Amino acid sequence: MTEAATRSECTTAELLSVMSSRILENGKVLFAGVGIPLLAATLAQRRHAPDLTILFEGGVVGPFIEPGRLPPSTNESRTARKANMVPSPTDVLALLQRGYVDYGFMGGAQVDQYGNLNSSFIGDPARPKVRLPGSGGGNDIASLVKMIVAMPHEKKRFVAKVDFVTSPGYLDGGPTRQDSGLITGSMHKVITDLCIFGFDDDTRQMKLEALHTGVKVEDVLENTGFTPIVPDRVEVTDSPTQEELAILNELDPDRMYLH
Amino acid sequence: MSHSYHELRSRLESRNRGLREKVMGLSEAVALVKDGDHVAIGGNTFSRTPFALVWEIVRQKKKDLMISRNITSSEGDLLLAGGCTRHYLTSWFSQGIIWGVSRVMRHFVESGEVRYDEWSHMSIGMMYRAGALGLPFMPTRVMMGSDMARLVQDEIKEMVCPFTGDKLALLPALNPDVALIHVQRADAYGNAQYDGLPFMDADIALAAEKVILTTEQIISNDQIRRAPDRTKIAFFCVEAVVEVPYGSVPHECSGLYEPFYGHMDEYAGVTRKKGLEGAREYMKKYVYEPEDWNGFLDRVGLSEVMEASRAGRRMYGD
Repeated sequence: MTEAATRSECTTAELLSVMSSRILENGKVLFAGVGIPLLAATLAQRRHAPDLTILFEGGVVGPFIEPGRLPPSTNESRTARKANMVPSPTDVLALLQRGYVDYGFMGGAQVDQYGNLNSSFIGDPARPKVRLPGSGGGNDIASLVKMIVAMPHEKKRFVAKVDFVTSPGYLDGGPTRQDSGLITGSMHKVITDLCIFGFDDDTRQMKLEALHTGVKVEDVLENTGFTPIVPDRVEVTDSPTQEELAILNELDPDRMYLH
Repeated sequence: MSHSYHELRSRLESRNRGLREKVMGLSEAVALVKDGDHVAIGGNTFSRTPFALVWEIVRQKKKDLMISRNITSSEGDLLLAGGCTRHYLTSWFSQGIIWGVSRVMRHFVESGEVRYDEWSHMSIGMMYRAGALGLPFMPTRVMMGSDMARLVQDEIKEMVCPFTGDKLALLPALNPDVALIHVQRADAYGNAQYDGLPFMDADIALAAEKVILTTEQIISNDQIRRAPDRTKIAFFCVEAVVEVPYGSVPHECSGLYEPFYGHMDEYAGVTRKKGLEGAREYMKKYVYEPEDWNGFLDRVGLSEVMEASRAGRRMYGD
């Protein structure tokens, strides 16, 4: 059951879920979106992190989601299954501000080289091509805690500068995030179907940390709308195992998020 | 957006806050909403939405409302397409993430026809809480650095904390004229209890000048008094109590029914294909034509009611 799957054997969503789940440590408190963050967190609970606590912004502390009945939003009753507590969204989001949360974990429509996320507009915000749904809790999470972002690696999504900063990363790089008043939180990792990015300690630019099996540095550069830092040594991740994929399939048999 | 403190106090003082029965019908209750009011909507996304009240607002063709809600789902489409609002305040707007971006919201917001204030989810919670506490603002550590503050620059301020020197964002209080809230049970005076996720309803009820309540069931005041620790909204906040079983349909009401996924798919399908025109077709059939709320439920259909009810009741069965 634990043999490796080849790249063509898993979907983008599966790869993102598996790679993200592996960096979630046992005992931590995670503020998660639905979709890949939820799948990754639940997968981690099933494998190496049984005591990982999930928070949802609808107002949920420490639920266990029922396999095959994934919640279609972070704000309805399926999210609260086997929860320890259901506070108001205001109070659960305030846990970020108080400091109870280790990681925020969400998807993104568009990210830039400093890890800023846009989920509000495509095009000029004054005359947008598309008005997107907006921040939800995204701005709160990214303003206050260490962030993990999982998204498909497409050139139009990885841009030099986002059209609008909904959820702040390192803003213009260097100390600009701190200077703006955001004295806690940071961009931690960006996980894609090609690679894993971290951020440079000084310039705060996106930095390639690991490639998935079979992916070359050129593939990453070709699909990124800016030039990330590429160190001399880049790790290679282990492919998803059949066991990991089987758990994901059990969680989401209808492929609500695994499409 | 903010009223003066004296105005807030005098508006509350002028209301009859005595223990009195206030049960009425849906149309009578919605008649308490005036054109131009700031109306806050309880629940969150497609959960415990006061859908019957929103539906009746659209049928009564209310105008120029300012609407606020923490996260907005398909009830927002109805209010926009029904011409009821020119000003929306929310953190997120679309039926739900699995159905994609609302075409109706895009139509009204991209054209600039409707003023659209986007705040973060916690910000909106803090703004209602400031309103509930009778304070003019709440300091927070969000909405700085990003571009979010630019969208609401006339409403937000930054300050340096006089104690610590930290930079903080100050969010103005929201004190809605009316809060629409749907609960599982309430008595005839308006003492309300709800199960499952509480959302921001308790803060909204206190922040608003008055609450219009729909409830799945009216229970006796004795039942309330036997378990007062379960009461989340006190009678003196409430101006109207309407018993509306299935009053959140097509959205969910915890413990009773899940979202009506088939119906929500139908709405998403028709708006994906035809945009605003599709929403209007839907509204003709489901909002304007039915004689009353039961007529709407009839059109949604018994099999959908059964499926959502069965799923909602077994939710925490294990």
